Amino acid sequence: MTEPLVSVRKLCKRFGVAPALVHAVEDVSFDIRPGEVLGLVGESGSGKSTIGRLILRSLDPSEGEISFEGKEIARISQREMRPLRRRMQMVFQDPYASLNPRLRVRDIIGEALDAHGLSQGKARSPRIAELLETVGLQAEHASRYPHEFSGGQRQRIGVARALAVEPDLIIADEPVSALDVSVQAQVLNLLQDLRRRFGLSMLFISHDLDVVELMCDRIVVLYLGRVMEIGPAEEVCRNPRHPYTQALLAASPRPDPDAPRVRRLLTGDIPSPLSPPSGCVFRTRCPLATEACAVTVPPPVDAGDGHVFACIHADAAGRMAESKMVSA
Amino acid sequence: MSPETGAPANGTPVLAIRGLEVTFRTETGDVTPVTGVDLDVFAGRVSALVGESGSGKSVTSLAVMGLLPRPSGRISAGSVNYTGKSGATTDLAAVPPGQMRGYRGSEIAMIFQEPMTSLNPVLSIGEQIAEQVRLHMKLDGAAAWRRAEEMLGLVEIPDAKRRATDYPHQMSGGMRQRVMIALAMSCNPRLLIADEPTTALDVTIQAQILALIDKLRKEHGMGVLFITHNLGVVAEVADTVTVMYAGEMVESADVRTLFRNPRHPYTQALIDCLPARARKGSDGIRVVRSIPGSVATAFTATGCRFAPRCDYQDAACHAAPPPLATIGQDHASRCLKWEALA
Repeated sequence: MTEPLVSVRKLCKRFGVAPALVHAVEDVSFDIRPGEVLGLVGESGSGKSTIGRLILRSLDPSEGEISFEGKEIARISQREMRPLRRRMQMVFQDPYASLNPRLRVRDIIGEALDAHGLSQGKARSPRIAELLETVGLQAEHASRYPHEFSGGQRQRIGVARALAVEPDLIIADEPVSALDVSVQAQVLNLLQDLRRRFGLSMLFISHDLDVVELMCDRIVVLYLGRVMEIGPAEEVCRNPRHPYTQALLAASPRPDPDAPRVRRLLTGDIPSPLSPPSGCVFRTRCPLATEACAVTVPPPVDAGDGHVFACIHADAAGRMAESKMVSA
Repeated sequence: MSPETGAPANGTPVLAIRGLEVTFRTETGDVTPVTGVDLDVFAGRVSALVGESGSGKSVTSLAVMGLLPRPSGRISAGSVNYTGKSGATTDLAAVPPGQMRGYRGSEIAMIFQEPMTSLNPVLSIGEQIAEQVRLHMKLDGAAAWRRAEEMLGLVEIPDAKRRATDYPHQMSGGMRQRVMIALAMSCNPRLLIADEPTTALDVTIQAQILALIDKLRKEHGMGVLFITHNLGVVAEVADTVTVMYAGEMVESADVRTLFRNPRHPYTQALIDCLPARARKGSDGIRVVRSIPGSVATAFTATGCRFAPRCDYQDAACHAAPPPLATIGQDHASRCLKWEALA
């Protein structure tokens, strides 16, 4: 198997000091392979954005390892990190807040080029024109300001800025959540197209399982900073093994009035990350929880083909999924 | 959820909007963010109003509530007939602003997208509900507080008696939205207007809130006008659907017909845009349909407002605004080519 582009092992991030210690990310491990799109999916407080920022080292991990092309980066200095930042770029959620309103488009993209000393002098204008055309805008747009664009167009500018330094990895944090559905589809198709053309790897962060299934090769399902399930996208969405993944899928509204309504609602709220439950963090809302769940953190169970989940009631969870199929 | 489980849609609708037009006066002249909206909400049924940003769905709901910003905004045409608890029908468009208070809260209640900004941060949630009950139902302090506790129990807030003394900041987003619903339900409204009530919530919490709204409309027989941009939520909660685009109603139908047999190119495209409807291309990569361009904001075009983005456009579409065509019982489309779109 080829060496992973990014490899994360036992990653932890805690904010604050005891007793107000927030367990944002706990014991998370996964790989991003070259050319792969890996999805991080979860609800608020699941730690998905924090993981993205840890890989970029805009946050420092509390524990664990991160390697980029085999090079350990979890503890290197910001100076050593700088050349690597050219290799990984971020696309943000809010296209209104992530572009400087006082800069023209050519300067927004130019900043990224300057930061890494690329396309200086005469090469600048044609390079910016090329980037704008790559993301479906026009060369003339370079002299405009962000407010002159719609949300979808701004997100394209954000993508052009990320592409400017020819990265290997794009970390896209909810890149379409702020957009209307019709525009969301344009940006998703653009990202798919760019991935194909440039062989990009992507860490795709989203709360929307439909979007993640569409975009990703593999999916990591997070809850309260821990990995619940990880596996090939189709497998996780069609044959979820963890009760949380099953609940998340059941709760996602289907755009079909005749779809069977399997309504096993999760009760209660997501617990506070200040005092996560002992053992399995999902047990306080889990329909299968027993006393054993409170004792130990469930070890990963391998379901084959890289499909791994963390639940000690795997058989019961499997039966629950089957009974759903039957009732459907 | 499904039409069979709701009350029969006969008799007089709780709310009947006809030819609604809203005008705002601006420095550069009048603009009409909403025009030509027809819509019925029946008791015990959910009528969904769907559209993207700038479609005019929220302005429509504000017009019904008499909450258009004054003095610039007004209902410039059409009627908003509301049939209240007494059985009398009133055109809310003609009610003077001072008298709308008699309807808001006790007859028509509203919940919003952001429960934090809709609640008063310096009053406990029990006090906020009790205040409204004292005002509209003329109950004394103790009875109003009991009503507040009862309402918090109704919206399934655990340990309701104790939580009544909590402040909004002590609650999660989902709990706050439950409080908003308790507040809205406290005076037994006939009509609930829910403007994107679950958009700010996580999906497992959204499912809880949708189930709660569904339970309450069945048990209390209130009509619900549900405003959303999310077609998945529409499929889940609505009995009938009205689709808006750039300030105009473009199609309306019962929920099954709308998803199975949409007859406006915009409705069709909106459904096909959903990631759940993605299709695998010849190269094995799944692609979603997208609509080129973005929603028009300046309504200067003479013809169909969707024409610039439409696959089916021709000269006739740009010549004059298309009329609303009746396709079947309760199914209408504002498209010249509705017959060819089957």
